Amino acid sequence: MAAVKGQEGWEAVIGLETHVQLGTASKIFTQASTNFGDDPNTNINSIVCGLPGTLPVLNRKVLEYAVKAALALNLKVAEHSKFDRKQYFYPDLPKNYQISQYDEPIAEDGWIEVEVSEKGKETYIKKIGIERLHMEEDAGKLVHVGSDSLSGSRYSLVDYNRAGIALAEIVSKPDLRTGREAAEYAAEIRRIVRYLGVSDGNMQEGSLRCDVNISVRQGHHAPFGVKIEIKNMNSFSAIQKACEYEIARQIKALTDGEKIVQETRLWDESKQITTSMRSKEVASDYRYFPDPDLGPIEIEQARRLNWICELPELPASKRHRYLEEIGLSIYDARVLTDELPMAEYFESAIASGADPKILANWLMGDISAYLNSNKITIQDIKLYPSQLAELVKLISSGSISGKIAKDILPELIEKGGSPATMVAERGLEMISDIDELRSIMNNLMVSYLEEVQAFRNGKIKLQGFFVGQLMKQTGGKADPKITNKVVVEMLNSLDQ
Amino acid sequence: MGIIELREQLQQGHVSALELTNQYLERIQEVDPKVHAFLEITAERARFDARRIDELRSKGVLLPPLAGIPIAIKDNICTKGIRTTCSSRMLEAFIPPYESTVTEKLWKAGAILLGKTNLDEFAMGSSTETSAFGATANPWDLTRVPGGSSGGSAAAVASGECVASLGSDTGGSIRQPAAFCGLVGLKPTYGRVSRWGLVAFASSLDQIGSFTHTVADAAELLHVIAGEDYKDATCLKVSVPNYQSILQKSISGLRIGLIKECFDPNGLDPQVASAVNKAASHLESLGCELVEISCPQFNYGIATYYIIAPSEASANLARYDGMKYGYRAEGVENLATITSQSRAQGFGSEVQRRILIGTYALSAGYVDAYYKKAQQVRTLIRRDFDAAFAKVDVLLTPTVPSTAFLAGAHTDDPLQMYLSDLLTIPANLAGLPAMNIPCGFDDTGLPIGMQLIGNVLEESRILQVAHHYEVTTNIMSSNL
Repeated sequence: MAAVKGQEGWEAVIGLETHVQLGTASKIFTQASTNFGDDPNTNINSIVCGLPGTLPVLNRKVLEYAVKAALALNLKVAEHSKFDRKQYFYPDLPKNYQISQYDEPIAEDGWIEVEVSEKGKETYIKKIGIERLHMEEDAGKLVHVGSDSLSGSRYSLVDYNRAGIALAEIVSKPDLRTGREAAEYAAEIRRIVRYLGVSDGNMQEGSLRCDVNISVRQGHHAPFGVKIEIKNMNSFSAIQKACEYEIARQIKALTDGEKIVQETRLWDESKQITTSMRSKEVASDYRYFPDPDLGPIEIEQARRLNWICELPELPASKRHRYLEEIGLSIYDARVLTDELPMAEYFESAIASGADPKILANWLMGDISAYLNSNKITIQDIKLYPSQLAELVKLISSGSISGKIAKDILPELIEKGGSPATMVAERGLEMISDIDELRSIMNNLMVSYLEEVQAFRNGKIKLQGFFVGQLMKQTGGKADPKITNKVVVEMLNSLDQ
Repeated sequence: MGIIELREQLQQGHVSALELTNQYLERIQEVDPKVHAFLEITAERARFDARRIDELRSKGVLLPPLAGIPIAIKDNICTKGIRTTCSSRMLEAFIPPYESTVTEKLWKAGAILLGKTNLDEFAMGSSTETSAFGATANPWDLTRVPGGSSGGSAAAVASGECVASLGSDTGGSIRQPAAFCGLVGLKPTYGRVSRWGLVAFASSLDQIGSFTHTVADAAELLHVIAGEDYKDATCLKVSVPNYQSILQKSISGLRIGLIKECFDPNGLDPQVASAVNKAASHLESLGCELVEISCPQFNYGIATYYIIAPSEASANLARYDGMKYGYRAEGVENLATITSQSRAQGFGSEVQRRILIGTYALSAGYVDAYYKKAQQVRTLIRRDFDAAFAKVDVLLTPTVPSTAFLAGAHTDDPLQMYLSDLLTIPANLAGLPAMNIPCGFDDTGLPIGMQLIGNVLEESRILQVAHHYEVTTNIMSSNL
């Protein structure tokens, strides 16, 4: 990979810490709702608020979701693990300790395959190690009035709706080397958790949050440099840009002879820079100890195996399969596997016997355009995969033209139904009879003598006019290839 | 009279629930100004509930086992809609919006709530002197302490202000006051009774238990409050035996282990030693076999406890920060000060002392030497008990090295105060059921208690031994 100008000889070392909100209906240790966007302090109860005498009880669905995520990330799931109390005082933490996992997390030592793709560059695949995944409870939210942060605000309001929502914290190994890799890694994590249905992975709503740890060193084998933590990136592109900015900043600083001081910096989306967090962070001693209110977490082999069987085929595996077995391009494979429902629709349609490449084009083209402009998803359309397959077969067998297919697609998406039946009922079959087309063209040439003359005098663009007219005369059913041939042939013939 | 006799009286119609409740409320009016067992007296509710019981009884409805029985509850157990202060400024105005599991069971069983009783602040203490709302006096001698931390619950029963009461025991907070006040005080196996609603002090040690005049009453109450609870992950899913009906079972042939480390004359009042030894002989005369047992790590219990309990407490009490409920310091405006001032003003000195000890014991650089080490010793103490129970069925020790001390005697010396728990702590560390039974008086007329410790979930066995002892000796024949 070509180095960035000015950064030759330097290598960035990047690790990502990702917090994924697990999409269970109830919070991790209590039945309060996890619904997003409700009025402040509506999804709370005495346990969420840490009232005296209340106790946490583990939501077993959370355990299932966390283990499935761990399995999908190729982590080793521990047979025994436990919860610990992580202690610090802050108003968004009702008990002033967070129930988390410290030295015995639910899963350790895994990896994922990331496909790194960037415009103008060759796509490559990289294996990124994952240190661990553990469960913990989320904190509430503070809304500061009069300032962006606690300091300088007149007062702050506390909302505990988020407090107690289940989180899976995923820590990567420092295997990432570029901002793009970091962004792709985050996107793949999102893709995986969405495939599993354990999270909606929404960075804007906060159900997927990433912090970056980044340092630079001179060459592969130099010792790691001082690492800086970066927070406050709300999109994958922000992750990439923040990394690129920070790498450049660190290299410049070191080249100028400055030292990098370990600190936490914030990504400023409006200014596109990282800034130092003004408030000096107190050295964090979280005084971890095992939470005595919760028993040990035991995952027996049998349960783990059951959960393994429930995992769907994962994105990386699908991408490989689409590439190698179905013969799609890297790009097409990427797009179609980005969301599981689309991939499943595609696979279902292939199973009905349609040509995969044509199917892919329809799904990525007209159908995706329809979904986007109507703000719906593939799961909302009334057209079954088998019916789309039928449409594609009608096209590839020459029964209907591409134009007719495009015309009837919206109605099919909205109402469903058999394309073959619709075509038959409405007489939409493609007209491929060359004599019929010649006859229509003949009439056109009689009606548009001037245009014929103009064409023969040099205005060759009028060929398109006649093609269009022929199409119109046939209600769009003329075979485009034959139409073209007929128009060209007859315009250029000197028989008329 | 105890629960069983009163239930009989109520069923026979010799007294109505309202009459009984009023009798106790009058008694409270009469003596509590001197004893100060109660922080809150729920007279109106008590009368209302008593009337309801009488109404139901008159209609011939089959009533639950504690119908009409007046009970008091330690003020660290949450009662819905009724102030629960933990004897602390911090929770002076706290009214729980939910009911604890044990009290929910009591009300379902028809019990009448007379009020909430005084305790050492946040259950941290052995004399009830650290209460932010004034100390409680020992009904046997008003110049002396009733013990702690459940001093109010003990004094209320001992002074005849209620039939029975609930307390909590983390290092001896039921058994020690029971000994000082001449009552049966039972701490069940850890996990036998739900902790939902018990304001947490040390989560791995806290258990709710009872104060009663008789062992049979203790069996009655335990049967009501014990049992699984989905709201408490540490509550055991084990069926609850009918404790009352197996009290009569013969104890002949049972092996009773006397833990020799608990009879060390150094620091043990000779009158206490004598009374307990006499009780042991009596048990022998009933057919039990006395065995000398050694629990070599027993005396490390107190040091172990005074690291583990404060450590857990430092986390459990972190929530009291003036933000969401409880005491908030006035006139302070920035985050750090609101928290530190609210806590400095809302907590008494013993609570602050323990929070600081616990914070220290868990902090980086010290956690291995203190907290982790203490947990290891805890395991050794448990193993001593395991080994003991391979040889005997029940263990016997004095409950407290002394009888009730004078008010103010140890308030300047926390370590002296802590020594009061020397003999009770190990049962908490090992999670074993343990109880105090009165076994005599000292020469000034102060009660002396002996402690029976059973193996895990063997409440029945210690209740049986205690019951047979009680009915064959009649130690507490005198009334206040």
